[in-house]
Amino acid sequence: MAKLEVPETVKDKAAAEPGNPVFDVRDVSTYYGNFKAVKNVSLTIHENEVTAFIGPSGCGKTTVLRTLNRMNDLIPGARVEGDITYRGQSLYAKQVSPTAVRRRIGMVFQKANPFPKSIYDNVAYGPRINGIRKKSDLDGIVERSLKQAALWDEVKNRLNKSALGMSGGQQQRLCIARTLAVEPDVVLMDEPCSALDPIATGRIEDLMQEIKSQYTIVIVTHNMQQATRVSDRTAFYSVERNEESDTRTGVLVEYDQTAKIFENPSNPLTGDYVTGRMG
Amino acid sequence: MAAVTQQPAPGSAGPVNLREPAGWRRTKNGLMTGLMWLAFLIVLVPLVLVLYTVVSKGAAAINWQFLSSPTIPPNIMPLGSGGMGPAVVGTLEITGFAALIAIPVGVLGAVYLNEYGGNGILAKVIAFMSDVMTGVPSIVMGLFIYTIWTLQFGYSGMGGSFALACLMLPVVIRSSYEMLRLVPNSLREGSYALGASKARVILTVVLPSAVGGIVSGALLAVARAAGETAPLLFTILTVEQTNSNLFSGANTALSTQIFANATSPYVGAEQRAWGAALTLIAITFILMIVARIVTARFTRYSH
Ligand SMILES: Nc1ncnc2c1ncn2[C@@H]1O[C@H](COP(=O)(O)OP(=O)(O)OP(=O)(O)O)[C@@H](O)[C@H]1O
Ligand SMILES: [Mg+2]
Repeated sequence: MAKLEVPETVKDKAAAEPGNPVFDVRDVSTYYGNFKAVKNVSLTIHENEVTAFIGPSGCGKTTVLRTLNRMNDLIPGARVEGDITYRGQSLYAKQVSPTAVRRRIGMVFQKANPFPKSIYDNVAYGPRINGIRKKSDLDGIVERSLKQAALWDEVKNRLNKSALGMSGGQQQRLCIARTLAVEPDVVLMDEPCSALDPIATGRIEDLMQEIKSQYTIVIVTHNMQQATRVSDRTAFYSVERNEESDTRTGVLVEYDQTAKIFENPSNPLTGDYVTGRMG
Repeated sequence: MAAVTQQPAPGSAGPVNLREPAGWRRTKNGLMTGLMWLAFLIVLVPLVLVLYTVVSKGAAAINWQFLSSPTIPPNIMPLGSGGMGPAVVGTLEITGFAALIAIPVGVLGAVYLNEYGGNGILAKVIAFMSDVMTGVPSIVMGLFIYTIWTLQFGYSGMGGSFALACLMLPVVIRSSYEMLRLVPNSLREGSYALGASKARVILTVVLPSAVGGIVSGALLAVARAAGETAPLLFTILTVEQTNSNLFSGANTALSTQIFANATSPYVGAEQRAWGAALTLIAITFILMIVARIVTARFTRYSH
């Protein structure tokens, strides 16, 4: 595979001054029970940028993403070491409520998970949690969110039908709309396009470009072209085999501006991966 | 395997054979289908026989007079006299109150087990106890309530409700627990990721996703309890008059009336027993239908 072209606009943007730090991740290791899934990750995620996580399967991209909004608290035995600062506050401090964190840091999952409710109720779910009850307000939010997720035209006539009756790609876009409906500060996306056709993927990518002036986005993707198209910065993870215990631990190999990662990486591992010589 | 090699290679001339190769596989398929039909028919036999007997013998007894007039002692002779009015009232009251106790407690218990208990020792103990309770014979449950309640406070419909609730509780816990376990974790996570609290996740995502199964399980427990006889014999005593006060005084129920009438040799009593049996089946049946309609409304988005 030849070197990927990084679009000029992205290059310019990344070369310009970085936004305020949103997340400051310092020396973070995540465990599932005794199993160390990722170790010593340090990176800074900037405001109004799209940050991509790439790397081979099982290297811990999802794990790192889930530590950013404390979703891993829900897994029994999962544990985080190190410091994560979100807008100046320590994310794992005692007095921090995971619920409050997740209201500001939304997440779209690898597998679409619409609720067994109507399309409308799926999108209105988050706003209702936040106490919005007025029908006209909810109507507006539902329409805006579905439009942002490029789904409105397909579903506007069947908002009261079950969300489970939609195609896989539509369900994933519904999940994106559901996340946008609460207007989070950060949107974490775990391979949001892996079930989408190129047209819907293009729409989601356009959406990311549109909304990144208001949001900060972190996206996990296995699609190199997608990373080059949408992201300002890219983090490349890989796995390190531990000889004694025969376990595999994810490590952050390189984190830099996307253009640098794809055109002139400092680590040879990164170069091999992005050009397809290692997977 | 031979049939496969006879097929023309893809791309070569001649029609492609897409038919299932004849032989053992097809025979096996037919054989198994036949076996399943047979099993189904065998299951149907007792069901149809029970329904047929009860309907054919009970239908003659049933009319408005039967459903509304007071019960009479089994030794009163004339055919067509007396009815089951007080027993219908008693069964509805006693079973209804038992359901009112057992369903909320059972569902909440199941929520605790599945959502809060985790692998904790308390959850394990509760789950184990509830399974043991399922195995307690109903007559023992009746004796238990008799000793701790009836001896203290006298016969009452409520004592019967307590006994039935004890019988229903483990069934409701177990069936609700199984339904909650089936709710995929990804749904809970979807809700958490929007900033929902745990209580909110349970109330707005977990319980609604499981409601169909929970209602079915609870109803099965109610239907079984409605027909229980032994625990009521000790606790409500079985009288002839209507006692609409659930909380004091001896009461009566269809199941105990069936028992009293069917065990006596008089023709009139026998007919009243069949009539009561049919009434009981009809009540259960109506309950099931109502519940189906209600759950259909709750679960209309889950497929
Ligand atoms: N809930 C869990 N319990 C135990 N181990 C887990 C859990 N989730 C992930 N792991 C382990 O952590 C490691 C990293 O997994 P993770 O899901 O973060 O990988 P990933 O980079 O997202 O992979 P993919 O690209 O396939 O999605 C893997 O070895 C995986 O087996
Ligand atoms: Mg993943």
